[in-house]
Order: sequence, then structure tokens, then C-alpha cells
Amino acid sequence: MTGPQQEKIRQTLEDANLQLAIYAATGRLMSHRQAVVAPDVLPDYQELRTQANLVKQHALENLDHYLEQFESQVVARGGKVIYARDGGEVVEFLLDLAQKKGARLVVKSKSMTTEEIELNERLEHHGIEPVETDLGEYIVQLARERPYHIVAPALHKTRFDVADLFSQKLGVERETEIEKQTKIARSVLRQKFLAADIGISGANFLVADSGAVVVVTNEGNGRMTTTLPRVHVAIAGIEKVIPRAQDLAVFLKLLGRSATGQPLTVYTSFLAGPRREGEIDGPEEFYVVLLDNGRTRLLADRQKRQSLYCIRCGACLNHCPVYRKVGGHSYPWVYGGPIGAIITPQYLGVTHDPWLPFASSLCGACAEVCPVKIEIPKLLLALRSEVNQAQARAGQGRLERLGFRVWAWAMRHPRIYEMLGFMSSAVLGGGEGWIRRAPRLLNYGPLAAWLSQRDLPRLPARSFRQWWRARRKAGKN
Amino acid sequence: MVARAQEGGEELMPREYILHRTRTALGRSIGQPPEAAPPARISIPEMDLEARIASLFANLEKLAGKTHRASSPADARAYVAGLIGERSAVASNAPFLRECGITDLPTVRSGFTNSEELRAVSADAEFGITSADYALADTGTLVLFSSPQEARMVSLLPPVHIAVVPREKILTGLDELLAQEPLPAGRSSSMLLITGPSRTADIEQILVRGVHGPGEIHVIVV
Repeated sequence: MTGPQQEKIRQTLEDANLQLAIYAATGRLMSHRQAVVAPDVLPDYQELRTQANLVKQHALENLDHYLEQFESQVVARGGKVIYARDGGEVVEFLLDLAQKKGARLVVKSKSMTTEEIELNERLEHHGIEPVETDLGEYIVQLARERPYHIVAPALHKTRFDVADLFSQKLGVERETEIEKQTKIARSVLRQKFLAADIGISGANFLVADSGAVVVVTNEGNGRMTTTLPRVHVAIAGIEKVIPRAQDLAVFLKLLGRSATGQPLTVYTSFLAGPRREGEIDGPEEFYVVLLDNGRTRLLADRQKRQSLYCIRCGACLNHCPVYRKVGGHSYPWVYGGPIGAIITPQYLGVTHDPWLPFASSLCGACAEVCPVKIEIPKLLLALRSEVNQAQARAGQGRLERLGFRVWAWAMRHPRIYEMLGFMSSAVLGGGEGWIRRAPRLLNYGPLAAWLSQRDLPRLPARSFRQWWRARRKAGKN
Repeated sequence: MVARAQEGGEELMPREYILHRTRTALGRSIGQPPEAAPPARISIPEMDLEARIASLFANLEKLAGKTHRASSPADARAYVAGLIGERSAVASNAPFLRECGITDLPTVRSGFTNSEELRAVSADAEFGITSADYALADTGTLVLFSSPQEARMVSLLPPVHIAVVPREKILTGLDELLAQEPLPAGRSSSMLLITGPSRTADIEQILVRGVHGPGEIHVIVV
């Protein structure tokens, strides 16, 4: 684990208020979800998951076909499709567009894909003002931070943090009442919506048979972004394509339920092209940017391809015992939690953060709640093995391999194993309870980092083998 | 980079690159038809009209939506008049609203065909009044297609949204909607699903209604 992450994890673990905030928020999201997927409420929940999994598998295995179908449908309805290999190409396109439109102000509805390519920073750098309009995203943008959670970006901020932030950045009276804070954001952002030249949204789904972009929000910022500005640009990863509008019957039911426990999210916009002849409002121009940014590399791996099924509901984060302790900023990239742990190494390379696939207890809760049935623990294991292979190639991890070889040898030699056990209990002391601080000797060795985070059970006063022999001697069988 | 410098290459190249890489990753060739897609999963429960109305209202009320069952178009008009009182309202051009006489109410403005005008009026109005193309019983959802009759802004900018829906428009749910409208894009540039008032829980997970969209929603079934 590298410095900044280790430091962030330590800070998070030591911050009692933050621990409580993460625990409470994720706990609430868990129980909200549970209430709407329970068998008596949604008897066909498991069938919906299976169907979602099959449709995503099919869409990705025929992705080139569905991308081309999507593109031709968008074009037929007067929209334009732009392919971008990476964030640089997205920015290039947007700058060109902004220049043509004389645009300075851009409103954005929540999009993890634009976080991934650090779009805001890059637009700012070129003199364009991007404004996040989801309340949570707006808060983290003002704080110049990364979203803490896929669906609850400001999960780590209290009303007092928000009060300070709003008074500093917006020049308003310090206000600690959440309802009034929301009103402040509403009125500030309303002016931005009305003044913006371009609206940028993400896409929850791209519908191939319709050339449609589906945007789902609770606040209505998605609708504002795609209705008021003259130009709408949707930015989406190529993996977001689903074959048919009818597939939404499955995905929309799963998305709202898994994310926030809502049978349907408040607003679902199904957007196909610019305003048509006779329609009164809606954007005059409609663009969809299809982003690769490493996705075609993931696609090539048969097993790990399923990482691209993700619909970004955040359920795996809420249910992850690791995320719930270390929080969203301890992960090396914008995607945190179990899904982050499997996609980060695939996008950035396994050697970028080799510790990441190991930071899991493999409890399997993530796979159990995943609405599209991504086998996250299995993929973590595959990535662990890739990390090990990469390290072996680089000549790293020799000591660890030697250690395990010695261990395996000892396990095959009962006498030696017993002797080692006897020696350990002599050094460490046997009995009940836990060893919280390892003997000084071990605090300098290669095990130091490992031991610093773990308590070990004391070795029993009498080993199993000793007990067994005594039992035999006493004539019991 | 050399390729990108070619004439017209800026838009063409990334497209070909991405599609080529996609095909290579999947072992597919240009123009290869897709495998058969798993059949869409649509299931529509049996539900009579009374049950649909009851379910629509129950689900809306769970979301803090207000409901009213109007016995006649005149009753719907009287109910809306009572809601808005002397305050300003903007109504969509839906013929059903005119049939109910709602567009004739003294403080209601309607009949806009110009986007800028409608935007200015909607931004100031205290109520936005629309009809709906459908309502979905099992989630308490309104479905609106963008059209010359229904603009998007009327249900979006004012702080209160009133929808007046003829009862035969009530479907059982999302599945029935997509069975009736398998290609929504054929009909309109936008199909909008509205399920309750605008809401957020982004600060300390405390629920607040009316962030960007209307914080209050009234559904009147005629």
C-alpha cells in the first residue's frame, strides 16, 4: 500500500464521527434496499437479476453491433455521436463545441464517467465553468473533493461542514438547517441552469433500438440539464448500451431499488435526439460521446468482462465491511468499494495499486446484492493472481514465497511443526485472549506492517496434539 | 497521431479505432449479425380499473404526493381552482385540460408555443398543470411524452406540479407501458417518468423535497 492511501485509511479509522457517518449512511441504504427486494414485496427479484445479467452479457458480447445500431438511431433522429478514446478526446470535442457556441458556462448532472476523466478540472483549465447540479456533487465540487460514494457523493459531510462551505464559497449567511441549505443550493443552481449554454449529463443506459439516452435522477437536475440549455451532451462509457427500450422494464426496477430502496427513482428521462418539429422545448442540439478509456481492454478478457455489467447502483459499497470502515476516499481512484477494487486494477493496470485486490475479506456480500450478478470475489481472486504473477516477473515478493514454502514444508513434517508451536508459545506466552502487540523482534521484520493492523489469538497452553495424546493415554477413544 | 492529422480524420479515427478494438476483443467481424438476444422480460398482472386507481393513489401518497378522484371534468376544474386560488399557474396545451375548462381559470396561462416565452412564464409560475399520457399504478408514476401539447418545462420549473389524468390512462406498471410503447423514441424526443416529488437525501441522508423539480405533486384522476 502506498503512502497517501495508507494515511487516508488511518485518518478515516481514527475519526470517530466519520466512522459513525459512514456506518449510519450505508446501514440506512442497506435497510432501504432490503425493504424493497424482500421476497414478499418483489417475488421475482432473483429472476430480474438473472435477466439483467443475461441482457448485459449479450449486449457486451455483441457490443460492436449495438454501438453501430445506437449510432445510426441517434443520427436518424438528428443527433450526433462522437467516439472518444480517452478523456483528452472528450475535452477536445467539448472545447471545440463550446467555442462554436460561444459557451462559457456548463451545467452538469451527476456522472461518474466524467469524474473518471477529471472533466471539470480540465474544462476549468481552459476557461470554462462547469457546475455540478446534483446537491451532493455540488457540495464536493465546492469542497474540491472527489465523490465519496457512487450514489451519495457527500456522504462524509455533516450539515455543519456544508454550512461552512456554503458561507465561504457562496457568500451566504451560515445556515445549518438542511432544508434551508437545500433551498440555497436550489436558488443558486436555478440561475446557473437558466444561464447555461451547454448541459452535460451522463447516461444510466444507452438504448440501441431507440438511439436514446436514459438519465435517472431524484432531484430533477438531470431534467434541468437536458431541458434548459440549447445544447445537450451526454457522455457515456461504451458499455452502457442495452439492446431494447423494453429491457428497461428490468433495469429500472433493479437500479432504484438497489441504490436507494426506491421502486423507481423520481425522474427517468428517456431522451432520443434534439427537440422535434412542433415540440415546444428541449435542446436544439443533441450529442452523445461514447468513451472507451480502457473499456475495450477489459472487454478482451472473457472472465473479467463482466466488470462492465455494472450499473453504478452502489449497493456493493454499502454492504462491504471494508468500504464501511475505510470510506470512499481511501481508494486510489474515483470508483471505491468492491466494484472499484475490481475495475481500478483493470483500467489502471494491476501494478498501479497492487494491494487493492487484497483489501477484501472475500465475504461475498457484494456479489449477493449486485443487481447484475457480477462475481466480484471471483474477480478479486483472479486479480490477486495477476498481481502475484506481475510481481514474480518483476522479481518481487521472493521473501513471501520463501515464507510460504517454509510453512508448507513445516506442515508436512508434524514433529517440526509441533516443535515450532512449542517454541512460539514459549516466546509469545500461551493462554486465553489476544496478543495486541507483537514481540519487539517481529516489529522490525517483514511482518511488521501486517502485524501492525492485526491482533493474534494467544496460542493455547496445550496444543491439540498434546491434548490428543493425553486423551489416548487415558484410554478414551 | 499521424492518422489523426489526416483530412477529416478527427471524427473518423477514434470511431474506427474503438469499433475495431471492440470487434477484436470479442472475436467478431465487421457487419456480423448479433446472436439472438434473450427475449425481453415483460410481465403484466391482471388488475381492474378500480384496483389500478387504488394502487396509483396508495403509491403516490407513500411518496407524499396528493391525490384526488374527480367525478367529472367540472369537478376536476373546481378542485384545481381550489388548489391554486389567486396564485399564478401555467398549463400545458393538452386538449384534456381545455376539455376540463382548466385553461379558462383566471390565473392560468396556457397556449404557449414559443420556448423562450414558456420558459419565462414557467420560471415564475407557482403551479405547473399538465395532463399525462399514462400513469403507472404500481409505482405511482406519471408518464409524459414531449409534444406540441406537452412541454417539458411545465412539470419541471414551478414548485408545484398538478397532473390531471383521464382514468383510462392508468396502466398497471412499467411493463405494461413498455408493452404498449415498445419504441418510445418513435413518438417523441423525450419520454419522461415522474415518480413523486423531487427529492434529495444528500446531506446526512435527511430527506428534503423540492430540490430542482417540484416539491409538491397533485394527481387528479377524472
